[in-house]
Amino acid sequence: MTEAKTIDKTGIDIQKIRADFPILSRKVNGKPLIYFDNGATAQKPLSVINAIDHYYREQNANIHRGVHTMSQEITVAYENARATVQKHLNAKHAAEIVFTSGTTESINLVAHSFGKKFVSAGDEVIVTAMEHHSNILPWQQLCEEKGAILKVVPINDAGELIMEEYKKLLNAKTKIVAVTHISNTLGTVNPVKEIIALAHAQNIPVLVDGAQSVPHMAVDVQELDADFYCFSGHKLFGPTGVGILYGKEKWLNELPPYKVGGGTIKTVSFEKTEYADVPLRFEAGTPHIEGGIGLAAAIDYVNAIGLDHIAAYEQELLTHATEQLQKIAGVKIIGTAKNKASVISFVVEGIHAFDLGTILDQLGIAVRTGHHCTQPLMAHYCVQGTVRAAFAFYNTKEEIDEFIKGLERAINMLK
Amino acid sequence: MTIEETEKEITEEFEMFDDWMQKYEYLIDLGKSLPVISEEYKTDDKIIKGCQSRVWLHSELKDGKIVYTADSDAIITKGMVALMVRVLSGHTPDEIMNAKLGFVEKIGLTQHLSPTRSNGLLSMIKQMKLDALAYKARG
Repeated sequence: MTEAKTIDKTGIDIQKIRADFPILSRKVNGKPLIYFDNGATAQKPLSVINAIDHYYREQNANIHRGVHTMSQEITVAYENARATVQKHLNAKHAAEIVFTSGTTESINLVAHSFGKKFVSAGDEVIVTAMEHHSNILPWQQLCEEKGAILKVVPINDAGELIMEEYKKLLNAKTKIVAVTHISNTLGTVNPVKEIIALAHAQNIPVLVDGAQSVPHMAVDVQELDADFYCFSGHKLFGPTGVGILYGKEKWLNELPPYKVGGGTIKTVSFEKTEYADVPLRFEAGTPHIEGGIGLAAAIDYVNAIGLDHIAAYEQELLTHATEQLQKIAGVKIIGTAKNKASVISFVVEGIHAFDLGTILDQLGIAVRTGHHCTQPLMAHYCVQGTVRAAFAFYNTKEEIDEFIKGLERAINMLK
Repeated sequence: MTIEETEKEITEEFEMFDDWMQKYEYLIDLGKSLPVISEEYKTDDKIIKGCQSRVWLHSELKDGKIVYTADSDAIITKGMVALMVRVLSGHTPDEIMNAKLGFVEKIGLTQHLSPTRSNGLLSMIKQMKLDALAYKARG
Protein backbone atom coordinates (compact mmCIF):
# COMPACT_ATOMS: atom_id res chain seq x y z
CA MET A 1 0.00 0.00 0.00
CA THR A 2 2.81 2.44 0.80
CA GLU A 3 4.16 2.02 -2.71
CA ALA A 4 0.83 2.95 -4.26
CA LYS A 5 0.88 6.26 -2.41
CA THR A 6 3.75 7.56 -4.50
CA ILE A 7 1.98 6.97 -7.79
CA ASP A 8 0.65 10.17 -9.31
CA LYS A 9 -2.77 10.07 -10.94
CA THR A 10 -0.99 10.25 -14.29
CA GLY A 11 0.55 6.86 -13.49
CA ILE A 12 4.01 8.15 -12.60
CA ASP A 13 5.70 6.51 -9.59
CA ILE A 14 7.95 9.46 -8.84
CA GLN A 15 9.94 7.98 -5.96
CA LYS A 16 10.77 4.87 -7.92
CA ILE A 17 11.72 6.96 -10.95
CA ARG A 18 13.93 9.33 -8.99
CA ALA A 19 15.77 6.38 -7.47
CA ASP A 20 16.66 5.30 -11.01
CA PHE A 21 18.66 8.53 -11.60
CA PRO A 22 21.76 8.53 -9.35
CA ILE A 23 22.70 12.15 -10.13
CA LEU A 24 19.45 13.45 -8.68
CA SER A 25 20.69 12.67 -5.17
CA ARG A 26 23.81 14.82 -5.41
CA LYS A 27 24.19 18.26 -3.89
CA VAL A 28 25.14 21.45 -5.66
CA ASN A 29 26.58 24.35 -3.65
CA GLY A 30 25.55 22.47 -0.52
CA LYS A 31 21.90 22.20 -1.57
CA PRO A 32 19.96 19.24 -3.01
CA LEU A 33 20.11 19.48 -6.81
CA ILE A 34 16.99 20.71 -8.58
CA TYR A 35 17.64 20.03 -12.24
CA PHE A 36 15.49 22.06 -14.63
CA ASP A 37 17.94 22.26 -17.54
CA ASN A 38 16.43 19.25 -19.29
CA GLY A 39 16.03 21.15 -22.54
CA ALA A 40 19.81 21.30 -22.77
CA THR A 41 20.46 17.72 -21.72
CA ALA A 42 18.61 15.15 -19.65
CA GLN A 43 19.98 12.97 -16.84
CA LYS A 44 20.61 9.25 -17.30
CA PRO A 45 18.88 6.35 -15.56
CA LEU A 46 20.92 3.48 -14.11
CA SER A 47 19.86 1.18 -16.95
CA VAL A 48 21.63 3.47 -19.45
CA ILE A 49 24.71 3.84 -17.25
CA ASN A 50 24.80 0.07 -16.76
CA ALA A 51 24.42 -0.60 -20.49
CA ILE A 52 27.47 1.56 -21.21
CA ASP A 53 29.41 -0.01 -18.34
CA HIS A 54 28.50 -3.49 -19.57
CA TYR A 55 29.55 -2.59 -23.10
CA TYR A 56 33.08 -1.68 -22.01
CA ARG A 57 33.41 -4.58 -19.57
CA GLU A 58 31.95 -7.34 -21.72
CA GLN A 59 31.16 -6.35 -25.28
CA ASN A 60 33.78 -3.96 -26.70
CA ALA A 61 34.69 -4.87 -30.30
CA ASN A 62 34.32 -3.13 -33.64
CA ILE A 63 31.14 -3.77 -35.56
CA HIS A 64 30.21 -4.93 -39.05
CA ARG A 65 33.59 -6.28 -40.17
CA GLY A 66 34.95 -8.79 -37.72
CA VAL A 67 34.49 -12.54 -38.04
CA HIS A 68 35.28 -13.13 -34.40
CA THR A 69 32.54 -13.82 -31.88
CA MET A 70 32.67 -10.55 -29.97
CA SER A 71 32.49 -8.50 -33.15
CA GLN A 72 29.49 -10.49 -34.28
CA GLU A 73 27.81 -10.18 -30.89
CA ILE A 74 28.20 -6.40 -30.78
CA THR A 75 27.12 -6.06 -34.41
CA VAL A 76 23.89 -7.83 -33.50
CA ALA A 77 23.47 -5.63 -30.42
CA TYR A 78 24.10 -2.44 -32.42
CA GLU A 79 21.66 -3.45 -35.16
CA ASN A 80 19.14 -4.37 -32.45
CA ALA A 81 19.56 -0.84 -31.13
CA ARG A 82 18.73 0.46 -34.61
CA ALA A 83 15.63 -1.74 -34.61
CA THR A 84 14.65 -0.34 -31.19
CA VAL A 85 14.80 3.19 -32.62
CA GLN A 86 12.86 2.09 -35.70
CA LYS A 87 10.12 0.63 -33.55
CA HIS A 88 10.09 3.67 -31.27
CA LEU A 89 9.50 6.06 -34.17
CA ASN A 90 7.33 3.53 -36.00
CA ALA A 91 9.56 3.73 -39.07
CA LYS A 92 8.75 1.25 -41.83
CA HIS A 93 12.29 -0.10 -42.22
CA ALA A 94 15.38 -0.32 -40.01
CA ALA A 95 17.35 1.00 -42.99
CA GLU A 96 15.55 4.32 -42.54
CA ILE A 97 17.35 4.87 -39.23
CA VAL A 98 20.78 6.49 -39.57
CA PHE A 99 23.00 6.85 -36.51
CA THR A 100 24.56 10.30 -36.32
CA SER A 101 26.27 12.30 -33.58
CA GLY A 102 23.08 14.19 -32.77
CA THR A 103 20.32 16.40 -34.14
CA THR A 104 22.83 18.97 -35.39
CA GLU A 105 24.65 16.42 -37.51
CA SER A 106 21.40 14.93 -38.75
CA ILE A 107 20.24 18.31 -40.05
CA ASN A 108 23.67 19.08 -41.52
CA LEU A 109 23.62 15.72 -43.31
CA VAL A 110 20.29 16.44 -44.98
CA ALA A 111 21.12 20.09 -45.77
CA HIS A 112 24.39 18.96 -47.35
CA SER A 113 23.27 15.86 -49.25
CA PHE A 114 19.76 16.95 -50.18
CA GLY A 115 21.02 20.42 -51.03
CA LYS A 116 23.81 19.08 -53.21
CA LYS A 117 21.39 17.14 -55.36
CA PHE A 118 18.14 19.07 -55.29
CA VAL A 119 18.77 22.76 -54.53
CA SER A 120 19.88 25.28 -57.17
CA ALA A 121 20.09 29.05 -57.61
CA GLY A 122 16.76 30.78 -57.13
CA ASP A 123 15.23 27.86 -55.20
CA GLU A 124 13.72 28.43 -51.79
CA VAL A 125 14.09 26.73 -48.40
CA ILE A 126 11.55 27.38 -45.65
CA VAL A 127 12.41 27.51 -41.93
CA THR A 128 10.51 29.17 -39.08
CA ALA A 129 11.18 32.10 -36.78
CA MET A 130 11.42 29.80 -33.74
CA GLU A 131 14.17 27.46 -35.00
CA HIS A 132 17.25 26.59 -32.98
CA HIS A 133 20.41 27.88 -34.69
CA SER A 134 21.11 24.24 -35.63
CA ASN A 135 18.06 24.28 -37.87
CA ILE A 136 18.89 27.67 -39.39
CA LEU A 137 22.62 27.72 -40.07
CA PRO A 138 22.91 24.54 -42.23
CA TRP A 139 20.13 25.91 -44.47
CA GLN A 140 21.50 29.43 -44.48
CA GLN A 141 24.89 28.12 -45.53
CA LEU A 142 23.32 25.93 -48.21
CA CYS A 143 21.39 28.92 -49.57
CA GLU A 144 24.55 31.05 -49.63
CA GLU A 145 26.47 28.34 -51.50
CA LYS A 146 23.73 27.69 -54.02
CA GLY A 147 22.29 31.16 -54.44
CA ALA A 148 19.01 29.90 -53.00
CA ILE A 149 16.70 31.92 -50.76
CA LEU A 150 15.87 31.23 -47.11
CA LYS A 151 12.24 31.98 -46.28
CA VAL A 152 11.03 32.30 -42.69
CA VAL A 153 7.57 31.47 -41.35
CA PRO A 154 6.70 34.22 -38.83
CA ILE A 155 5.16 33.69 -35.37
CA ASN A 156 2.51 35.53 -33.39
CA ASP A 157 3.20 36.97 -29.93
CA ALA A 158 2.03 33.79 -28.21
CA GLY A 159 4.86 32.02 -30.03
CA GLU A 160 2.74 30.08 -32.54
CA LEU A 161 3.48 29.77 -36.23
CA ILE A 162 1.23 31.90 -38.42
CA MET A 163 -0.05 29.13 -40.66
CA GLU A 164 -1.61 31.51 -43.21
CA GLU A 165 1.84 33.00 -43.81
CA TYR A 166 3.32 29.53 -44.13
CA LYS A 167 0.79 28.62 -46.80
CA LYS A 168 1.71 31.75 -48.73
CA LEU A 169 5.41 30.85 -48.65
CA LEU A 170 4.93 27.42 -50.24
CA ASN A 171 5.42 27.52 -54.01
CA ALA A 172 6.98 25.73 -56.96
CA LYS A 173 10.44 27.07 -56.02
CA THR A 174 10.28 25.62 -52.50
CA LYS A 175 12.62 22.63 -52.28
CA ILE A 176 12.33 21.68 -48.61
CA VAL A 177 10.70 22.80 -45.35
CA ALA A 178 12.62 22.51 -42.06
CA VAL A 179 10.63 22.97 -38.86
CA THR A 180 11.01 22.18 -35.19
CA HIS A 181 8.39 19.92 -33.60
CA ILE A 182 8.72 21.67 -30.21
CA SER A 183 10.44 25.02 -29.68
CA ASN A 184 13.37 24.64 -27.27
CA THR A 185 12.84 28.20 -26.05
CA LEU A 186 9.06 28.67 -26.03
CA GLY A 187 7.82 25.12 -25.57
CA THR A 188 5.38 25.57 -28.47
CA VAL A 189 4.25 22.28 -29.99
CA ASN A 190 3.97 22.95 -33.72
CA PRO A 191 1.25 21.35 -35.88
CA VAL A 192 3.81 19.39 -37.88
CA LYS A 193 1.29 16.96 -39.33
CA GLU A 194 -0.57 19.85 -40.93
CA ILE A 195 2.70 21.53 -41.96
CA ILE A 196 3.78 18.31 -43.68
CA ALA A 197 0.41 17.76 -45.39
CA LEU A 198 0.45 21.30 -46.80
CA ALA A 199 3.99 20.84 -48.13
CA HIS A 200 3.24 17.40 -49.55
CA ALA A 201 0.27 18.83 -51.46
CA GLN A 202 2.95 20.57 -53.50
CA ASN A 203 5.41 17.63 -53.45
CA ILE A 204 7.77 19.39 -51.05
CA PRO A 205 9.55 17.24 -48.46
CA VAL A 206 9.72 18.25 -44.78
CA LEU A 207 12.47 17.81 -42.20
CA VAL A 208 11.37 17.88 -38.56
CA ASP A 209 13.76 18.81 -35.74
CA GLY A 210 12.57 16.48 -32.99
CA ALA A 211 15.29 17.25 -30.42
CA GLN A 212 12.73 18.57 -27.92
CA SER A 213 9.76 16.38 -28.85
CA VAL A 214 11.10 12.81 -28.69
CA PRO A 215 11.82 13.04 -24.92
CA HIS A 216 8.30 14.25 -24.13
CA MET A 217 5.80 12.58 -26.47
CA ALA A 218 5.20 9.55 -28.64
CA VAL A 219 6.30 10.27 -32.22
CA ASP A 220 5.06 8.22 -35.16
CA VAL A 221 6.92 9.22 -38.31
CA GLN A 222 4.53 7.33 -40.58
CA GLU A 223 1.49 8.95 -39.04
CA LEU A 224 3.13 12.38 -39.40
CA ASP A 225 4.33 11.37 -42.86
CA ALA A 226 7.64 13.16 -42.12
CA ASP A 227 10.33 12.84 -44.78
CA PHE A 228 13.16 13.43 -42.32
CA TYR A 229 12.98 13.40 -38.53
CA CYS A 230 16.00 14.16 -36.30
CA PHE A 231 16.70 13.81 -32.60
CA SER A 232 19.54 13.53 -30.07
CA GLY A 233 20.19 10.66 -27.68
CA HIS A 234 21.31 12.80 -24.75
CA LYS A 235 18.05 14.72 -24.47
CA LEU A 236 16.21 11.38 -24.43
CA PHE A 237 18.04 10.23 -21.26
CA GLY A 238 20.66 8.45 -23.38
CA PRO A 239 24.38 9.12 -23.91
CA THR A 240 25.83 12.26 -25.49
CA GLY A 241 27.35 12.06 -28.96
CA VAL A 242 24.69 9.87 -30.53
CA GLY A 243 21.62 10.91 -32.45
CA ILE A 244 19.27 9.77 -35.16
CA LEU A 245 18.31 10.78 -38.63
CA TYR A 246 15.13 9.09 -39.77
CA GLY A 247 14.64 9.43 -43.52
CA LYS A 248 12.08 7.82 -45.76
CA GLU A 249 13.87 5.10 -47.68
CA LYS A 250 13.02 6.70 -51.03
CA TRP A 251 14.76 9.91 -49.94
CA LEU A 252 17.78 8.29 -48.30
CA ASN A 253 18.35 6.20 -51.43
CA GLU A 254 18.43 9.40 -53.49
CA LEU A 255 20.90 11.27 -51.32
CA PRO A 256 24.65 11.25 -51.99
CA PRO A 257 26.95 10.41 -49.05
CA TYR A 258 27.76 13.18 -46.55
CA LYS A 259 30.94 12.07 -44.81
CA VAL A 260 32.77 9.23 -46.55
CA GLY A 261 35.21 6.65 -45.24
CA GLY A 262 35.41 3.19 -43.75
CA GLY A 263 32.14 1.31 -43.58
CA THR A 264 30.36 3.34 -46.26
CA ILE A 265 31.38 1.32 -49.30
CA LYS A 266 30.79 -1.82 -51.32
CA THR A 267 33.95 -1.66 -53.45
CA VAL A 268 36.76 0.86 -53.70
CA SER A 269 39.35 1.33 -56.41
CA PHE A 270 41.31 4.44 -57.33
CA GLU A 271 39.10 4.85 -60.38
CA LYS A 272 35.69 4.44 -58.79
CA THR A 273 33.94 3.68 -55.51
CA GLU A 274 30.60 2.00 -55.15
CA TYR A 275 28.88 3.11 -51.96
CA ALA A 276 26.98 0.83 -49.60
CA ASP A 277 23.20 0.83 -49.31
CA VAL A 278 21.46 2.99 -46.71
CA PRO A 279 21.92 3.45 -43.83
CA LEU A 280 25.60 2.36 -43.83
CA ARG A 281 26.38 4.77 -46.67
CA PHE A 282 25.88 7.60 -44.15
CA GLU A 283 27.79 6.04 -41.26
CA ALA A 284 31.46 6.63 -42.04
CA GLY A 285 34.10 5.41 -39.62
CA THR A 286 33.71 3.44 -36.41
CA PRO A 287 30.41 4.65 -34.96
CA HIS A 288 29.56 5.63 -31.40
CA ILE A 289 28.81 2.00 -30.57
CA GLU A 290 28.14 2.38 -26.84
CA GLY A 291 26.07 5.45 -27.75
CA GLY A 292 23.75 3.33 -29.86
CA ILE A 293 23.57 0.66 -27.15
CA GLY A 294 22.91 3.28 -24.46
CA LEU A 295 20.27 5.03 -26.59
CA ALA A 296 18.37 1.76 -26.99
CA ALA A 297 18.50 1.29 -23.20
CA ALA A 298 17.10 4.81 -22.76
CA ILE A 299 14.26 4.14 -25.20
CA ASP A 300 13.43 0.92 -23.36
CA TYR A 301 13.41 2.89 -20.12
CA VAL A 302 10.95 5.58 -21.24
CA ASN A 303 8.73 2.98 -22.88
CA ALA A 304 8.58 1.00 -19.64
CA ILE A 305 7.13 4.13 -17.99
CA GLY A 306 5.07 5.00 -21.06
CA LEU A 307 5.29 8.22 -23.03
CA ASP A 308 1.59 8.88 -22.51
CA HIS A 309 2.10 8.82 -18.74
CA ILE A 310 5.18 11.00 -19.12
CA ALA A 311 3.34 13.56 -21.26
CA ALA A 312 0.39 13.74 -18.85
CA TYR A 313 2.64 14.11 -15.79
CA GLU A 314 4.79 16.77 -17.45
CA GLN A 315 1.67 18.75 -18.39
CA GLU A 316 0.78 18.82 -14.69
CA LEU A 317 4.24 20.15 -13.88
CA LEU A 318 3.89 22.77 -16.63
CA THR A 319 0.49 23.92 -15.37
CA HIS A 320 1.70 24.10 -11.77
CA ALA A 321 4.82 26.07 -12.68
CA THR A 322 2.90 28.44 -14.96
CA GLU A 323 0.36 29.19 -12.23
CA GLN A 324 3.05 29.80 -9.62
CA LEU A 325 5.19 31.98 -11.90
CA GLN A 326 2.23 34.14 -12.88
CA LYS A 327 1.76 35.07 -9.21
CA ILE A 328 5.18 36.74 -9.01
CA ALA A 329 5.14 40.47 -9.79
CA GLY A 330 7.31 41.46 -12.73
CA VAL A 331 7.51 37.98 -14.25
CA LYS A 332 6.60 37.74 -17.92
CA ILE A 333 6.33 34.33 -19.54
CA ILE A 334 7.72 34.27 -23.07
CA GLY A 335 5.79 31.74 -25.13
CA THR A 336 2.14 31.26 -24.31
CA ALA A 337 1.04 28.93 -27.08
CA LYS A 338 -2.13 26.90 -26.53
CA ASN A 339 -0.24 23.69 -27.17
CA LYS A 340 2.93 23.66 -25.06
CA ALA A 341 5.44 21.12 -23.80
CA SER A 342 6.99 21.31 -20.33
CA VAL A 343 9.26 24.25 -21.08
CA ILE A 344 8.84 27.72 -19.58
CA SER A 345 10.85 30.75 -20.62
CA PHE A 346 10.44 33.98 -18.73
CA VAL A 347 11.95 37.35 -18.03
CA VAL A 348 11.73 39.45 -14.87
CA GLU A 349 11.27 43.16 -15.37
CA GLY A 350 14.45 45.11 -14.64
CA ILE A 351 16.55 42.05 -13.80
CA HIS A 352 19.00 40.31 -16.10
CA ALA A 353 18.48 36.58 -16.69
CA PHE A 354 22.14 35.95 -15.96
CA ASP A 355 21.81 37.41 -12.45
CA LEU A 356 18.76 35.24 -11.73
CA GLY A 357 20.54 32.14 -12.99
CA THR A 358 23.59 32.89 -10.83
CA ILE A 359 21.57 33.23 -7.61
CA LEU A 360 19.43 30.16 -8.42
CA ASP A 361 22.65 28.19 -8.98
CA GLN A 362 23.77 29.11 -5.46
CA LEU A 363 20.52 27.52 -4.29
CA GLY A 364 21.27 24.30 -6.17
CA ILE A 365 18.73 25.04 -8.90
CA ALA A 366 19.93 24.47 -12.48
CA VAL A 367 18.10 26.54 -15.09
CA ARG A 368 19.20 27.85 -18.46
CA THR A 369 19.75 31.54 -19.07
CA GLY A 370 20.55 33.35 -22.29
CA HIS A 371 19.36 33.19 -25.86
CA HIS A 372 19.05 29.36 -26.00
CA CYS A 373 20.62 29.33 -29.50
CA THR A 374 17.56 31.14 -30.82
CA GLN A 375 18.79 34.69 -31.34
CA PRO A 376 16.23 35.55 -34.07
CA LEU A 377 13.51 34.58 -31.59
CA MET A 378 15.02 36.79 -28.88
CA ALA A 379 14.99 39.66 -31.39
CA HIS A 380 11.28 39.01 -32.05
CA TYR A 381 10.50 39.43 -28.37
CA CYS A 382 13.02 42.29 -27.96
CA VAL A 383 14.83 40.53 -25.11
CA GLN A 384 18.55 39.77 -24.65
CA GLY A 385 17.76 36.43 -23.09
CA THR A 386 15.36 34.55 -20.85
CA VAL A 387 15.46 32.16 -17.92
CA ARG A 388 14.28 28.74 -19.05
CA ALA A 389 13.01 25.94 -16.84
CA ALA A 390 12.49 22.70 -18.75
CA PHE A 391 10.93 19.85 -16.79
CA ALA A 392 11.37 16.11 -17.16
CA PHE A 393 9.30 13.30 -15.67
CA TYR A 394 11.71 12.97 -12.72
CA ASN A 395 10.95 16.52 -11.58
CA THR A 396 8.30 17.21 -8.95
CA LYS A 397 5.85 19.90 -7.91
CA GLU A 398 7.82 20.23 -4.67
CA GLU A 399 10.91 21.09 -6.70
CA ILE A 400 8.91 23.69 -8.60
CA ASP A 401 7.80 25.20 -5.27
CA GLU A 402 11.45 25.36 -4.14
CA PHE A 403 12.35 27.00 -7.44
CA ILE A 404 9.60 29.59 -7.00
CA LYS A 405 10.86 30.36 -3.47
CA GLY A 406 14.40 30.66 -4.81
CA LEU A 407 13.26 32.91 -7.61
CA GLU A 408 11.46 35.23 -5.18
CA ARG A 409 14.58 35.36 -3.04
CA ALA A 410 16.73 36.15 -6.08
CA ILE A 411 14.34 38.89 -7.20
CA ASN A 412 14.46 40.45 -3.72
CA MET A 413 18.25 40.49 -3.80
CA LEU A 414 18.53 41.86 -7.30
CA LYS A 415 15.76 44.40 -7.65
CA MET B 1 48.20 51.62 -3.57
CA THR B 2 49.76 48.83 -5.64
CA ILE B 3 47.67 46.25 -7.46
CA GLU B 4 48.67 43.63 -4.87
CA GLU B 5 47.65 45.92 -2.01
CA THR B 6 44.19 46.49 -3.50
CA GLU B 7 43.82 42.74 -4.06
CA LYS B 8 44.70 42.15 -0.39
CA GLU B 9 42.21 44.77 0.70
CA ILE B 10 39.41 43.14 -1.33
CA THR B 11 40.34 39.68 -0.03
CA GLU B 12 40.03 40.97 3.55
CA GLU B 13 36.66 42.54 2.81
CA PHE B 14 35.37 39.22 1.49
CA GLU B 15 36.77 37.29 4.47
CA MET B 16 34.20 39.04 6.66
CA PHE B 17 31.35 37.27 4.92
CA ASP B 18 29.95 34.09 6.40
CA ASP B 19 28.09 32.77 3.40
CA TRP B 20 27.54 33.15 -0.32
CA MET B 21 24.45 35.31 0.21
CA GLN B 22 26.43 38.11 1.82
CA LYS B 23 29.11 37.81 -0.81
CA TYR B 24 26.65 38.17 -3.66
CA GLU B 25 24.78 40.95 -1.89
CA TYR B 26 28.08 42.80 -1.64
CA LEU B 27 28.76 42.21 -5.35
CA ILE B 28 25.29 43.50 -6.17
CA ASP B 29 25.92 46.64 -4.04
CA LEU B 30 29.25 47.15 -5.79
CA GLY B 31 27.49 46.80 -9.12
CA LYS B 32 24.97 49.42 -8.17
CA SER B 33 27.70 51.84 -7.05
CA LEU B 34 30.07 51.45 -10.02
CA PRO B 35 30.45 54.82 -11.74
CA VAL B 36 28.56 54.38 -14.93
CA ILE B 37 30.49 54.51 -18.17
CA SER B 38 29.79 57.58 -20.28
CA GLU B 39 26.94 56.76 -22.69
CA GLU B 40 29.09 57.76 -25.65
CA TYR B 41 31.33 54.76 -24.93
CA LYS B 42 28.48 52.24 -24.60
CA THR B 43 28.76 51.38 -28.25
CA ASP B 44 28.89 47.98 -29.90
CA ASP B 45 32.64 48.22 -30.52
CA LYS B 46 33.18 48.57 -26.75
CA ILE B 47 31.25 45.39 -25.97
CA ILE B 48 33.37 42.49 -24.80
CA LYS B 49 32.33 39.50 -26.89
CA GLY B 50 31.60 36.08 -25.44
CA CYS B 51 29.53 37.34 -22.54
CA GLN B 52 25.94 36.31 -21.87
CA SER B 53 25.54 39.64 -20.13
CA ARG B 54 26.81 42.63 -22.05
CA VAL B 55 29.97 44.26 -20.73
CA TRP B 56 31.26 47.57 -22.05
CA LEU B 57 34.86 48.53 -21.34
CA HIS B 58 36.55 51.85 -22.08
CA SER B 59 40.12 52.80 -21.28
CA GLU B 60 42.14 56.01 -21.46
CA LEU B 61 45.81 56.73 -20.81
CA LYS B 62 46.34 59.64 -18.41
CA ASP B 63 49.88 60.58 -17.30
CA GLY B 64 51.17 57.12 -18.21
CA LYS B 65 48.43 55.35 -16.27
CA ILE B 66 45.35 53.60 -17.61
CA VAL B 67 41.93 54.65 -16.37
CA TYR B 68 39.20 52.09 -17.00
CA THR B 69 35.47 52.69 -16.99
CA ALA B 70 33.01 49.87 -17.57
CA ASP B 71 29.40 48.83 -17.36
CA SER B 72 27.23 45.73 -17.65
CA ASP B 73 23.53 45.09 -18.02
CA ALA B 74 23.73 42.30 -15.42
CA ILE B 75 24.24 43.54 -11.87
CA ILE B 76 26.39 40.67 -10.57
CA THR B 77 28.63 40.95 -13.60
CA LYS B 78 28.76 44.70 -12.95
CA GLY B 79 29.91 43.98 -9.39
CA MET B 80 32.74 41.85 -10.70
CA VAL B 81 33.54 44.52 -13.27
CA ALA B 82 33.71 47.04 -10.40
CA LEU B 83 36.25 44.85 -8.57
CA MET B 84 38.45 44.56 -11.64
CA VAL B 85 38.30 48.30 -12.30
CA ARG B 86 39.16 49.01 -8.66
CA VAL B 87 42.18 46.71 -8.84
CA LEU B 88 43.59 47.68 -12.23
CA SER B 89 42.54 51.26 -12.91
CA GLY B 90 45.20 53.94 -12.30
CA HIS B 91 48.18 51.72 -12.98
CA THR B 92 50.79 51.66 -15.72
CA PRO B 93 50.44 49.32 -18.71
CA ASP B 94 53.38 47.23 -17.42
CA GLU B 95 51.84 46.80 -13.97
CA ILE B 96 48.53 45.79 -15.49
CA MET B 97 50.07 43.32 -17.93
CA ASN B 98 52.00 41.66 -15.07
CA ALA B 99 49.10 41.53 -12.59
CA LYS B 100 48.46 37.99 -11.35
CA LEU B 101 44.96 38.75 -9.97
CA GLY B 102 45.07 35.88 -7.47
CA PHE B 103 42.34 37.57 -5.40
CA VAL B 104 39.60 36.22 -7.67
CA GLU B 105 40.38 32.72 -6.42
CA LYS B 106 40.86 33.84 -2.81
CA ILE B 107 37.42 35.47 -2.60
CA GLY B 108 35.76 32.34 -3.98
CA LEU B 109 34.74 33.60 -7.40
CA THR B 110 36.92 31.11 -9.30
CA GLN B 111 33.80 29.52 -10.77
CA HIS B 112 33.29 32.76 -12.70
CA LEU B 113 36.74 32.36 -14.25
CA SER B 114 35.96 29.08 -15.96
CA PRO B 115 35.86 29.54 -19.73
CA THR B 116 32.47 27.85 -19.84
CA ARG B 117 30.96 30.58 -17.66
CA SER B 118 29.44 33.06 -20.00
CA ASN B 119 29.61 36.12 -17.78
CA GLY B 120 32.84 37.15 -19.37
CA LEU B 121 35.06 37.84 -16.33
CA LEU B 122 37.84 36.00 -18.14
CA SER B 123 37.13 37.89 -21.38
CA MET B 124 37.12 41.14 -19.45
CA ILE B 125 40.52 40.52 -17.83
CA LYS B 126 41.87 39.57 -21.24
CA GLN B 127 40.52 42.78 -22.80
CA MET B 128 41.88 44.95 -19.97
CA LYS B 129 45.32 43.41 -20.50
CA LEU B 130 45.06 43.76 -24.27
CA ASP B 131 44.30 47.46 -23.85
CA ALA B 132 47.38 47.76 -21.63
CA LEU B 133 49.48 46.00 -24.27
CA ALA B 134 48.17 48.36 -26.95
CA TYR B 135 49.05 51.47 -24.92
CA LYS B 136 52.52 50.07 -24.24
CA ALA B 137 53.08 49.30 -27.92
CA ARG B 138 52.11 52.86 -28.80
CA GLY B 139 54.73 54.01 -26.32
